[in-house]
Amino acid sequence: MSAVLQDPQLMEVNPPLVRSEDYHDLTEQISGIVEGDVIKTPTKYWITLAVTASITGLLGAMLAYLLSTGIGVWGNNRPIGWAWDITNFVFWIGIGHAGTLISAILFLFRQKWRTSINRSAEAMTLFAVMCAGIFPLFHTGRPWRAYWLFPIPNTDLNLWQNFRSPLIWDVFAVSTYFTVSLLFWFTGLVPDLATLRDRTTNKVKQVIFGLLSLGWRGSARHWSHYEKAYLILAAISTPLVLSVHSIVSFDFATSVIPGWHTTIFPPYFVAGAIFSGFACVMTLLLIARWTLNLQNLITMKHLENMNKIILVTGSIVGYSYACEFFIAWYSGDIYERFTFLNRAFGPYWWAAWSMYSCNVFIPQLYWFKRMRTNLWVMFAISITTNIGMWFERFVIIATSLTRDFLPTSWGYFHPTWVDMCTFLGTIGLFLTLFLVFARFLPMIAISEVKGVLAVQKHQFSDEEVMAK
Amino acid sequence: MSLISIQTPNVTGKKYWRSLNQLANTTEFREWVHHEFPANATEMLDGNSRRTVLKLMAASFGLAGLAACSRPVEHIFPNSAGTEADNYLPGEPFHYATVMSIAGHVTGLLVETHDGRPTKIEGNPDHPHSLGAATAIQQAIVLGMYDPDRSSKVLQGGRESTWPALESAVQKLALGDGAGLRFLSGFVSSPTLDSLRAGVLKKFPKAKWVEYEALARDNELAGANMAFGQPLYAHPKWDKAKVIVALDHDFLNLDAPTPFFTLAFSKRRRVGSDEDLDKMNRLYAVESQFSLTGANADHRLRLKGSEVRQFAIDLAAALGAMPGLNVVNNGGSADKRARFLAALAKDLKAAGPEALVVAGPRQPASVQALAALINEKLGSECVTYTKPVIDKSSSGVAALKALAGEMSAGQVSTLVMLGGNPVYSAPADLQFAVALSKVATSIHLGAEDDETAAAATWHIPEAHVLESWGDEASSEGMAAIQQPMIEPMYGGKTAAEIVSWVTTGKFTKSHDIVKNYWLPQFAASKEQGDKEQIWRKALHDGVVAASKTVEPIKVTVDAKKLASALAAEPQVAAAGIEVGFYPSSSAWDGRYANNGWLQEAPDPISKLVWGNAAMISPKMARDHKLTDGDVVSLTRGNFKMEATVMIQPGHSDDAVSIALGFGRQRCGRVGKGVGSNANLIRTTDGFYFAPGFTLAATGKREDLATTQERGTGDNQEGRPLAREGSVEEYKKNAKFVEEMAEVPEVHSIYSEFVYDKGNQWGMAIDLTSCTGCNACVVACAAENNMPVVGKDQVMRGREMHWIRMDRYYSGDENDPEVIEQPIPCMQCENAPCENVCPVQATSHSPEGLNDMAYNRCVGTRYCANNCPFKVRHFNFLNFHKHEPEIVGLVYNPDVSVRMRGVMEKCTYCVQRIEETKIKAKQDGRREIRDGEIKTACQQTCPAEAIVFGNINDPNSRVSKLKKQERNYAMLAELGIKPRTTYLAKLRNPNPELTA
Repeated sequence: MSAVLQDPQLMEVNPPLVRSEDYHDLTEQISGIVEGDVIKTPTKYWITLAVTASITGLLGAMLAYLLSTGIGVWGNNRPIGWAWDITNFVFWIGIGHAGTLISAILFLFRQKWRTSINRSAEAMTLFAVMCAGIFPLFHTGRPWRAYWLFPIPNTDLNLWQNFRSPLIWDVFAVSTYFTVSLLFWFTGLVPDLATLRDRTTNKVKQVIFGLLSLGWRGSARHWSHYEKAYLILAAISTPLVLSVHSIVSFDFATSVIPGWHTTIFPPYFVAGAIFSGFACVMTLLLIARWTLNLQNLITMKHLENMNKIILVTGSIVGYSYACEFFIAWYSGDIYERFTFLNRAFGPYWWAAWSMYSCNVFIPQLYWFKRMRTNLWVMFAISITTNIGMWFERFVIIATSLTRDFLPTSWGYFHPTWVDMCTFLGTIGLFLTLFLVFARFLPMIAISEVKGVLAVQKHQFSDEEVMAK
Repeated sequence: MSLISIQTPNVTGKKYWRSLNQLANTTEFREWVHHEFPANATEMLDGNSRRTVLKLMAASFGLAGLAACSRPVEHIFPNSAGTEADNYLPGEPFHYATVMSIAGHVTGLLVETHDGRPTKIEGNPDHPHSLGAATAIQQAIVLGMYDPDRSSKVLQGGRESTWPALESAVQKLALGDGAGLRFLSGFVSSPTLDSLRAGVLKKFPKAKWVEYEALARDNELAGANMAFGQPLYAHPKWDKAKVIVALDHDFLNLDAPTPFFTLAFSKRRRVGSDEDLDKMNRLYAVESQFSLTGANADHRLRLKGSEVRQFAIDLAAALGAMPGLNVVNNGGSADKRARFLAALAKDLKAAGPEALVVAGPRQPASVQALAALINEKLGSECVTYTKPVIDKSSSGVAALKALAGEMSAGQVSTLVMLGGNPVYSAPADLQFAVALSKVATSIHLGAEDDETAAAATWHIPEAHVLESWGDEASSEGMAAIQQPMIEPMYGGKTAAEIVSWVTTGKFTKSHDIVKNYWLPQFAASKEQGDKEQIWRKALHDGVVAASKTVEPIKVTVDAKKLASALAAEPQVAAAGIEVGFYPSSSAWDGRYANNGWLQEAPDPISKLVWGNAAMISPKMARDHKLTDGDVVSLTRGNFKMEATVMIQPGHSDDAVSIALGFGRQRCGRVGKGVGSNANLIRTTDGFYFAPGFTLAATGKREDLATTQERGTGDNQEGRPLAREGSVEEYKKNAKFVEEMAEVPEVHSIYSEFVYDKGNQWGMAIDLTSCTGCNACVVACAAENNMPVVGKDQVMRGREMHWIRMDRYYSGDENDPEVIEQPIPCMQCENAPCENVCPVQATSHSPEGLNDMAYNRCVGTRYCANNCPFKVRHFNFLNFHKHEPEIVGLVYNPDVSVRMRGVMEKCTYCVQRIEETKIKAKQDGRREIRDGEIKTACQQTCPAEAIVFGNINDPNSRVSKLKKQERNYAMLAELGIKPRTTYLAKLRNPNPELTA
């Protein structure tokens, strides 16, 4: 056992990243959540799952209604062709970026603290992208023809797509993102699935985990391939963090509409995505940590680091807002100036100010250590950040459309109950998937955390070295 | 191609034998068989082989016709060139000339038919009141023909009955000497009907025939009577006048159900060259409600309807037209009024023979007479007077009042109502419904199962204008024959048929009545041919060349007599709020309330759809603490109505304007319950405007549906979108239009596509001549199979008009200026919509059109988001879902009907472009002549404001217009290069009033 862990005084100064007696305890703790008969799962889980599943059912009903009746069941109109549909799309995709950043970018930067959170963050990315993907498909007027957006031979019209359209770039970006994230996540899962395969006595589980773990034996060769594959996938995923949301921002940046037509969007959106993604990871992990007693593995250090990233990205977002206002004024363009004044003081001022307070002002609390180490504050801010980021997309997308060039085509957008239930339904879908993941797959990357534990176990404090 | 009607001579309307068996039993058939097959006839008709024979002969029965049978044949003649029955290609349209009259305003029409049914109305270029143009209401008439709620059955006491029952009832009528026989019709402008009437009144000396219109020309005649001692029609020569004063006359829109006035006015308004700048006319409008005439006026004075009379007197006094009269100068804002009057008088004097003062039909006879007086004093050569050819002595509110009195007293045993809806549109104090119940037998011929149909003893479905034989003559005497394009779909009858049937007991078809009236009038000659040929030519052309135009007569006003008549008139008490009653730009007087295209076409000034509102000025709203949507009650004595308030900048204070034609209770699915019924407070003593009303808030609220956001959508926000200036400004600096926006040069790394080969389509819209009447909006809806979305969807912002009319206010809210701007698709060369469509559903044609491929569209709506003009429209729902099948017959087969989830927009009428290109190719030529292709909006525009053509041809009209200095492209600074450009609006203000 490390001297550090045994010495309370040293622990104050240099807290360990994870606290675990030894490797076996670690495996026991994490696998324990997954193992155990399905029937013996606590009732609380089933109740929660039932709630989220029924909300997911609501999503299904709303989509069926939309499919049968048309986009008119939403509040979209002329001029607001995109409202909650694309806002939700960007919102969910944005959330996904945190997962990839934690998994890939922090990996390349050798930030060991990522290991407790990367698995769930990656899973969150996948589920978020799934929720996001619903919208480009269903927001079309004729979703049964949506396959025309893909470069597959179609016998009906046999036409290529329009590669100049940002929506096609979206198709490629999002599908690439999903594919790569899935591969990366799955690759990382393989050793842990093998652990579960080896531990389980249930025949069914043996077969399932056996198939999924692809014959992993834990040999040095396997580990060597694993490390290389992981590194390559991390390297591929890293640019995706920047490119995918940049492409998504091009949906707006390449248009002519004031409020959309601006080159600041790629970095602005990426920063915002990471910002909201981390907040979402925070929300999920705080809940998981508390319900599953993972406080020793997801420690205050992890949480504090995440909050620091939230502060940084939130400040970048705040800077971007200021930049937009400045450029609107500096440009002298009457349409641009009007758009920003309209944002702050027009009919959607309440949305804009929610956005500013949640995204810029509130996260500034994290300058104070007391704030960024307080669990309740963290939880609250993670929620407000996501609310604020949802409003940011709404303000950009919908309010820019409400008032553009010709005042005679100005309009107002009211969400219908279908809009709201659809969004709620995607939240239900997301939570359901996450709950299923948490119950049936290891939430924490056992093998990776063991790596951190190994370093901790075998590191000596300065005093110890001096003492020797 | 001739129209063959297989009608049996009886009236029941049974046209077709229901089975071969039935045919086999008719005497005609039996005779024919005996004639054709003398040997076997008996066997074939009654023997065993009868069935076999009938089966074998079935096909030939259908095709060959039974020549020995006597069936009346009615021939219609198309206007289209080179049309012979054997050249007929299914799918090719035919055009037929016809004519229609709305309350005495006659317009010639050309109707496009496909496969034997009318699909589109255009103006008749050969008719002097149309010259190819048609108004919004006229464009929408064709939809009324396929109205699923059209009257299709005989009703007795409002309940379904049968033709035989009606027949027996008519036979039982004991008309005697006509003591109890009364006729009530609308404005009679048909020479045939007039001659029938003369016959009827001769046969039944004690009978009476009353003409009543909710919006009538009676004041015009009464005014002439007051001025000249005899009733005369006034014919303003709008194109000859340099200074025009419209005294409460919305001649550019509501008071003109004919395109003629706009047509003539715009001739001298249009600025084609610099010489035109000096010739440009100047319009002054004096009115209460804000109308399009006021919007297009160079100067506008707002006065209540009742205050116009004093203004006219003051103007006469200022011009010295009435000795002994002094300028009183009260009403309105005194200072503004005085300045206006002084400058106006000076301008009129200077214009002399080119001056024109017109009084609107809603102004009383005194104002009409004063206008005549002033014109005469000025020596105006811009108005002529003619005697009415058709007698109007029994026309108007007073005549209706007398009739209602007789009805209530039980003196009327038979009342024949020919068209109209008097139970709905008669003034409330006459209590027409009650009076009608006291009539022993009332027969109503009507187009709808309406309020009158429910109250009358008998209701007969009326044939639609496009199904009728008839004729109409304008007030100058120019006559035209009305020919049907299709047989009456529900066996509807025309007024002439009913009059002749009721009074003679014998049913004569309209065709015969009309032809028998006209043939004797024709004089056969070498050049004209025989009478039949003259008749055919009349049908072909749409005008009867032989009709005698009435010569204008020379009359002078007796100024002294007029002065004493004016002095003797009782003065209207000024207390309380004045309510003015106006035609509706959609329903007129209520007869078009069930027309979806019209209900959805926005009011040109207020942009209100699917309803009417009590229009009040901003000041009045503040005084009464009212906002848009508050429901108020208007009360005067026993008469009360509730209406929704709408604030109208520029409206006169302490006055309320409300459109007639709404609040229909017994109406089809479109018009029922839409808006509020202003007839409830309309009385005979305040027919067009009445003071003494009290306005009270009810606390209720009602949503108003407008196509432009109220308040925020009204202001241009300093953006150079609809550009305007004065003629003086333009003369000083012709480039001022261009200078309103800075258009940076496009520095592209790509070489731009050069559109220099073949036809390059472009459009120029002249804002100076455009009055904002919305005829283009409805024409486009008719041509391109536009869905009607309904009030709720319009409130959600989903109306589908491919061309819309934008209206901006500027200046003081009490006296704003208005500019109207039609917005079709700009067909940008660098279209922002094309780049962003993921499936390439919208792409650019080599001729410069931005094409829309409906079957490729998946409906992501990015193109609509990226359009800076927001001219793209998405089918959010299946807007055709609840459409009855019959409405589908009105659709233009050359344009697809779009399904749910697909984007649509203006295509520059690509179907017309392609049709002409094909024709040119077939003719062996490649060049398309300038003006050969007319987009629907261009074709119908009475002001010729929209010009479409080939910009690659420097001699085309559109190229010449685009070369004008005042030509500009909207939002050119975005680098989109729109093909639709605008010619800035030039106003011609009086320098004395702008100082």
